[in-house]
Amino acid sequence: MTDIMTSKVQVSIDGRTVEVDRSATVLAAALENDVFIPHLCHDPDLIPAGVCRLCFVELDGRLVTSCNTPVTAGATIRTDTAAVKETVRGAVELLLVNHHRGSLDCDEGEACELQKIARFVGIDEARLRRLRHPDRNLAADTSNPFLEFDPNICVLCGICVRTCDEIVGVAAIDFVQRGVYTTIGSAPGEQWIDSDCVSCGECVVRCPTGSLSLTDVEVPEREVKTTCTYCGCGCGIHLGVAGGRIVSARGVRENPSNEGRLCVKGRFGFEFVNAPDRLKTPLIRRGGVLEEATWDEALDLVAEKFSVHRGASFAAIASAKLTNEENYLIQKLARAVQGTNTVDHCARLCHSPSVAGLVQSFGSGAMTNSSQEIGDARCVFAIGTNTTAAHPIIGLQVMRSIRQGGKLIVANPRRIELAQHADLFIQHRAGSDVALLMGMMRVILDEGLHDPQFIALRCENFEAFRESLARYDDATVEEKTGVPFARIAAAARMYAENSPASILYAMGITQHTHGTDNVLATSNLALLTGNVGRPSSGVNPLRGQSNVQGACDMGALPNVYPGYQKVDRPEVKAKFEAAWGVELDDAPGLTHLEILSGVTGGRIKAIYLVGENPALSEADATHAQEAMDQVDFLVVQDIFLTESARYADVVLPAATFAEKEGTFTNTERRVQRVRKAIEPVGGARTDLWITCEIAKRLGAAGFDFETAAEVMDEIRALTPSYGGITYERIEETGLQWPCPGADHPGTRYLHGERFPTRSGRGRFFPLTYRPPDEEPDDEFPLVLTTERSLYHYHTSTMTRRVPGLELLRSEELVEIHPQDAAALRVATGDEVRVTTRRGEVVARALVTEVSPPGTICMTFHFHEAPTNVLTNAAYDPVAKIPETKVCAVRVEPVG
Amino acid sequence: MATTELSPLQLGPVLATFERRPDVLISLLQAVQASLGYLPPDAMGAVARHARVPRSRVYGVASFYSQFRFNPAGRRRVAVCRGTACHVSGARMILEELERTLGIAEGQTTEDREYSLETVACIGCCGLSPCLSVNDEVSAKLTPKKVRKQFRAAKKSAPR
Repeated sequence: MTDIMTSKVQVSIDGRTVEVDRSATVLAAALENDVFIPHLCHDPDLIPAGVCRLCFVELDGRLVTSCNTPVTAGATIRTDTAAVKETVRGAVELLLVNHHRGSLDCDEGEACELQKIARFVGIDEARLRRLRHPDRNLAADTSNPFLEFDPNICVLCGICVRTCDEIVGVAAIDFVQRGVYTTIGSAPGEQWIDSDCVSCGECVVRCPTGSLSLTDVEVPEREVKTTCTYCGCGCGIHLGVAGGRIVSARGVRENPSNEGRLCVKGRFGFEFVNAPDRLKTPLIRRGGVLEEATWDEALDLVAEKFSVHRGASFAAIASAKLTNEENYLIQKLARAVQGTNTVDHCARLCHSPSVAGLVQSFGSGAMTNSSQEIGDARCVFAIGTNTTAAHPIIGLQVMRSIRQGGKLIVANPRRIELAQHADLFIQHRAGSDVALLMGMMRVILDEGLHDPQFIALRCENFEAFRESLARYDDATVEEKTGVPFARIAAAARMYAENSPASILYAMGITQHTHGTDNVLATSNLALLTGNVGRPSSGVNPLRGQSNVQGACDMGALPNVYPGYQKVDRPEVKAKFEAAWGVELDDAPGLTHLEILSGVTGGRIKAIYLVGENPALSEADATHAQEAMDQVDFLVVQDIFLTESARYADVVLPAATFAEKEGTFTNTERRVQRVRKAIEPVGGARTDLWITCEIAKRLGAAGFDFETAAEVMDEIRALTPSYGGITYERIEETGLQWPCPGADHPGTRYLHGERFPTRSGRGRFFPLTYRPPDEEPDDEFPLVLTTERSLYHYHTSTMTRRVPGLELLRSEELVEIHPQDAAALRVATGDEVRVTTRRGEVVARALVTEVSPPGTICMTFHFHEAPTNVLTNAAYDPVAKIPETKVCAVRVEPVG
Repeated sequence: MATTELSPLQLGPVLATFERRPDVLISLLQAVQASLGYLPPDAMGAVARHARVPRSRVYGVASFYSQFRFNPAGRRRVAVCRGTACHVSGARMILEELERTLGIAEGQTTEDREYSLETVACIGCCGLSPCLSVNDEVSAKLTPKKVRKQFRAAKKSAPR
């Protein structure tokens, strides 16, 4: 099979005999051998269409379009016969007439492939005059902030339509109208910005005429290859620099995580780097006011105060937006210098149950598979993930799986975009995941769809788990989930019968008081059906931030050193004491929420808060704000004066990802380089430098690092899973951990042979359904759940400083079902007050069937309407993650 | 942003008679047009969701066929013949005069929904060219002046 696919055939191209792949098209074969054939509608990522009629060749004497004709052994291909030339010239002339009305003077310059082709085939302008020219002059559509469409120079090659459909899966545009009036559009009279377009720009990148173009293009002087700073997809980007500013971004084609593709944030979201209000100098609070200070003043003050608050009264909050090297240094500062394991970061608020849960069941708390493998799954089960909004590039893999005939099951309380593409959509009640998943598993067992061999050979604790399934009878599951059981059973069968199956989940699973149980339910399901340890088959927690995987790997967690080595194991403690030359504490430290409640409880006196904004991101944010206000000494290290920085005693201006060297580890465990494109603005410094300076001023040894590479050397020596990762090896392409040795190739998917648990087996967990901490009642009759917008990131510190993103989504919206809206007499655009037991927020309503009856939904991107003032800080007993996905609310119209 | 939706009561029964598959698209559009008289954007959105196809494809398909209209038809549907015979005897002038007199372009409907204006390839009475039809009644051997007269008068006598 493989042989046939990869075997070569001989063909003759313009008299030259060459060897090409048997599966190649004539066009691909020619281009590969440096023979140019004109083409406009061909793209290697798209299914050949043969639309533009420019790629004619003679194949064994017959005229064919080369882009959609496969090679055959011994074929004779001629690109230079009179018939080919005449046919192609005629086609080019007809296209030119529709493009700039037949003039060869094209304004689009190098962006215009048609112009280059016209030069190649030799067009006589006099001949163009004999053709009838179109007389319509349509207005360009400039409604989208990032891209423009000029229909007058469009030649209808359709590459944009195919890109939006085949790659992005959105199909926002299509050919509309007919005959000479045909154009690209979405709905009658609808402007681009009102279409379903997600502004990713993939169509613009492929448009061969400049008809689709980027708005405000500035040509970069140079480009720097680095890794995107937004979500955990970890896309490779070329950052363009001009005049010391970031002016552009384009995808890195060779990067396996994104294969050149980008989303709206990754292509257009970097204006924040050069925003005028970047922090450019340290600030010290004097007489209640933050005043500018020198680095020496600020650092000396920080060192003086930190030296007083050593041990249990100190806390560090690291950041999933920093590099691995920086996170490593921050946890080292907390442990080796401050003598406490109280270091945590925002993974506590997003995926701590994944780490806690999957470590128990699989032995490793990370995605089992690579992003690319998701596209090859026969079944994708996306539960509690709005993939196309929060992880757009992994969303493209889901689309690829569907196109290849894979099944898609979506389980989500909200009717998300993916639901429209799903073979089965389960709209279960927020927080009923355990009941749903255990119900599915009971069906699988009852109907014998499980994998007994895998269970016998690779798993343990099956009997206890099997017994716990008895509690999930049809009626109970239906009652808890609010979904007809037949639908749940259908999902169970679809998942079990289509292997390899891949489970994707995100915070819809984790942000619950039973988040760890939810995670264990997903691992139970995968073990039961033998869907672990093979390509495209596993459990995949999609990590939210660019380096949240890495921050966890680096031990920015209170219970583990780098590489998840437990602080309370004597041999581990001894290892790090020897390496760092200090005595270490063996008591696990406090978690994120415990740090803040530790302040109000009087235990925590000093907080080193790096790249994190609890004033908006913490559940029950009012409490977080009180804690930051109360703590004796708060240092905030960030790129902007965030809502949290306003509480600081000292503010340290940090460098952005574009201004430093280092590595990020993306959600598929791939460790990739972050490279400096420009110098830090103003007096900002890298977090690496700042943390080392603080440590040195505290008199600590072991912080004399000049470069990030030197830090990675130390990380590698102490972290087994990173043992083989060097900057030299990841110069071109990142490596996926575990990568224990210098000659280890990295690991595409986990648990192929054995699980890294003590027994080497995957463990089943019996589970008991527990309801959310807060359920609706007479006073608070609705449920609030939270989501993310495609156009913003976290507390929007970065994205709201990008005017185009701000235009695409500029305010909080309370999504409410038409039934609930009617009962409250609320219409789209009306202001509503949302109240919980903890606080109230006012925002405008968006009446939509995306939210189910009885449930409203908000993001937490907008400081004007800080959603987390509402959310419930009740937390999961194991992972200590707050229940940001469910709380009880009351909604009232304002005024 | 979400658009205001037609109430399910209006379209629900029509949609419900079709399976939720892309290949029902054209029949579904025909049924919706039969019930509403035209295809408003919200209805095309509902069709898209029901048939599980993108919104853009619904409009792409609908706008390819001349049978679908995106404006409500007027109570009087004026169809100007652009067949060969009418064309050579001045159909273009007839159409232009109508556009001026009615104050709408081809494909549009007057605000009072009294008239809609369209063109057809041939009415089938070439001997009477140039001609047009109002609903099913043909006006023959037209001149711009005759058109002006006929439609000014008709407009005045139209019910308010």
